[in-house]
Amino acid sequence: MQTSGKHVKIALVGNPNSGKSSLFNYLTGLNQKTGNFPGVTVEKRTGYSKMPEGYQAQFIDLPGIYSLYPRSLDEQIVSEILLNHKSPECPDAIVVIVDATNLKRSLLLVTQISDLGLPVVLALNMMDLVAKKQISYNLVEMSQQLGIPVVPINARTGMGVDQLKSILSKPITLPEKTIFPVFDEAKAGVQELRTTLDLDNDYEAYQFLQQPSTLGFLKQEEHDLIHEVKEKYKFFPGKFHGAETVQRYSFIQALLDSITIKPAVENKTSRSTDFDKILTHRIWGYAIFFGVLFLIFQAIFAWATVPMDFIDGVFASLSNYLSETLPDGPLTRMLAQGIVPGIGGIVIFIPQIAILFAFISILEESGYMARVVFLMDKIMRKFGLNGKSVVPLISGVACAIPAIMATRTIDNWKERTITILVTPLMSCSARLPVFTILIALIVPEDMVFGFFNLQGLALMGLYLLGFAAAMLSAVVIKMLIKVKERSYLIMEMPTYRWPKWSNVGYTIYDKTKSFVFEAGKVILAIAVVLWVLASYGPGDHQENAREYVLKESENLRLTEQGLEDRVAAYKLEHSYAGILGKSIEPIIRPLGYDWKIGIALVTSFAAREVFVGTMATIYSIGSEEDQTTIKSRMKAEINPETGGPRYTPAVGFSLLVFYTFAMQCMSTIAVVYRETKGWKWPMIQLVYMTALAYVSALIVFQSLS
Amino acid sequence: MANGRRSVAQMRPGEVAIIAGLEDDDLSTKLMEMGCLPGASIRFNFRAPFGDPVCISVSGYELSLRVAEASTISILN
Repeated sequence: MQTSGKHVKIALVGNPNSGKSSLFNYLTGLNQKTGNFPGVTVEKRTGYSKMPEGYQAQFIDLPGIYSLYPRSLDEQIVSEILLNHKSPECPDAIVVIVDATNLKRSLLLVTQISDLGLPVVLALNMMDLVAKKQISYNLVEMSQQLGIPVVPINARTGMGVDQLKSILSKPITLPEKTIFPVFDEAKAGVQELRTTLDLDNDYEAYQFLQQPSTLGFLKQEEHDLIHEVKEKYKFFPGKFHGAETVQRYSFIQALLDSITIKPAVENKTSRSTDFDKILTHRIWGYAIFFGVLFLIFQAIFAWATVPMDFIDGVFASLSNYLSETLPDGPLTRMLAQGIVPGIGGIVIFIPQIAILFAFISILEESGYMARVVFLMDKIMRKFGLNGKSVVPLISGVACAIPAIMATRTIDNWKERTITILVTPLMSCSARLPVFTILIALIVPEDMVFGFFNLQGLALMGLYLLGFAAAMLSAVVIKMLIKVKERSYLIMEMPTYRWPKWSNVGYTIYDKTKSFVFEAGKVILAIAVVLWVLASYGPGDHQENAREYVLKESENLRLTEQGLEDRVAAYKLEHSYAGILGKSIEPIIRPLGYDWKIGIALVTSFAAREVFVGTMATIYSIGSEEDQTTIKSRMKAEINPETGGPRYTPAVGFSLLVFYTFAMQCMSTIAVVYRETKGWKWPMIQLVYMTALAYVSALIVFQSLS
Repeated sequence: MANGRRSVAQMRPGEVAIIAGLEDDDLSTKLMEMGCLPGASIRFNFRAPFGDPVCISVSGYELSLRVAEASTISILN
């Protein structure tokens, strides 16, 4: 049997670290985009490549898997795509890419996929490394025994990719032999299910019986039917799964015995083991890991400021330019004060996100990330987390959104949920402007021991505070979630190698793009809503603000600029946001805050960095939004009740602690909702973080004042 | 171990052995999928600093396992 003609939708499937992404990047170049698989948030990378016959074929990069039986959410999507032959998502052809230095384990997946009855091509990657080990394989024999075309490639240099494409652009013979014919005891059930559900392949039906709960596309009546067939024919998934694996391996062993021309000379230790002696050493291992972390922080906080200041400047001038050139009116104001600063608020995070993902991608490409997981697993487990939680927690320092998306690799539900719940406590970059201004206000710029800057120490203290809160919350949540689910860490330790720089580049491009378009949408929408709340209010206070201010300040001799700033402050006070700020004053008074800070809390509920801008407007210095001006204005603010300064150290520290713990980020709530598929966890997270923030700020203020 | 066999968790760094069997039904298929097959040779590479997890070589590559998982793999020697 042959498939008809050209294949326009081709899926790439393979083990993690098999070079799948390199092949995908080589095939599609920048002609790729990231979306989501329908209904789930697993990232779907698709791209186009020109085939020898002139048409464009679509390639889909599926998450790395070891077998069709998934262990994590990422892996589940692959089984769903490959087993749903009726769906439009089902590929026309599959390329299974394997690491040829590790054929035995990789072939397990190859045999499972070729039994699905879809056109399959096997791409043997890293044949150069095989040759180095002085092994060679009879590929003709291999192709015959497997019943599918086999192409040697080098995904890094592109060698063999043209041959792969030319095979894909011609009709491919369907795998002619079944490597694993379903067991005799299962045959009757498989036949019945095939007829009733109109399935075109035995192994597909067998998989439906094996793992119906994994396959999200099955409808309720199909589930009922599968259940019936299972009962009727006494189908035992567990027993069959083990026996199937054993049978596949015995086929693979026989295959390898007959195609291996020169067997490997058993070498004692690999180069990786030598590196691991240092990198997982009980002292050097941690020292190097903390060194790497330090480098990442340094890069995110020091190197990113240059492009960030530039972006800030560009958007501020664009906003000014628009309000000066366009005719004044609500639309212009919304554009200049709502939309443009809103977009600026998204773009400004690009440098940090790009730098963070550059590092994460280098660590992953080089194989070092697996060692970090290995080093941290035992420690993290004590806190109810998993070695794999380290990556999201580190990413959380830049932004909680990509960090929470990175938890998908954790296969244990409880550990993943805890990681999601505590990650936003890691101080993200949006807190930085708030921290900077408040620290500058209350911590003197002194040196301790001659070389530690006191303000710098305070900042570091806040990061540690966030980290400590994350770990302690994890312990508490671990005790509260009563689920007994076994936790695993069966993880490949990939061989160390140089990162492929173009792959790093694609990752940066890809992650930044999805941040801008996914999270950006929410941030922009909220920025506009907040702008409306802060610019409109009941009564005529908004339209006639100028008259009211003039009446109030008759005796004052104000400059034109001074008057403008007062008008802006008056407008904010009487806007909906101002009214909200005043109405929450009784609640926040015990923390030492007044209604002005209340407004800032309301506006920064959506995104914390809005605090600084709000402060500038409230204190009537909207026209000169730079940190020194805001700082000196805040310093001069008097508390009418005490007659002393408003921002005492007690208030300052109380605010710092509040911002460290509070869940003030709509985008994070949105991402947690998507990742946990419901409102339960984002609401729990919002409540516990707000409670933690409120109580801690209360304790700090009351004990310091 | 009930049958008196040693498990991978008890191996010393550098030691080589043959996998005798997988003692835990839940884990056995996952371990087999990762190349830990009865009869395969296994090399114990090193432990993580706090003794857990451990790193082994099996089927031509390196794999890390928690001690609890390693103790379900019994060895012949």
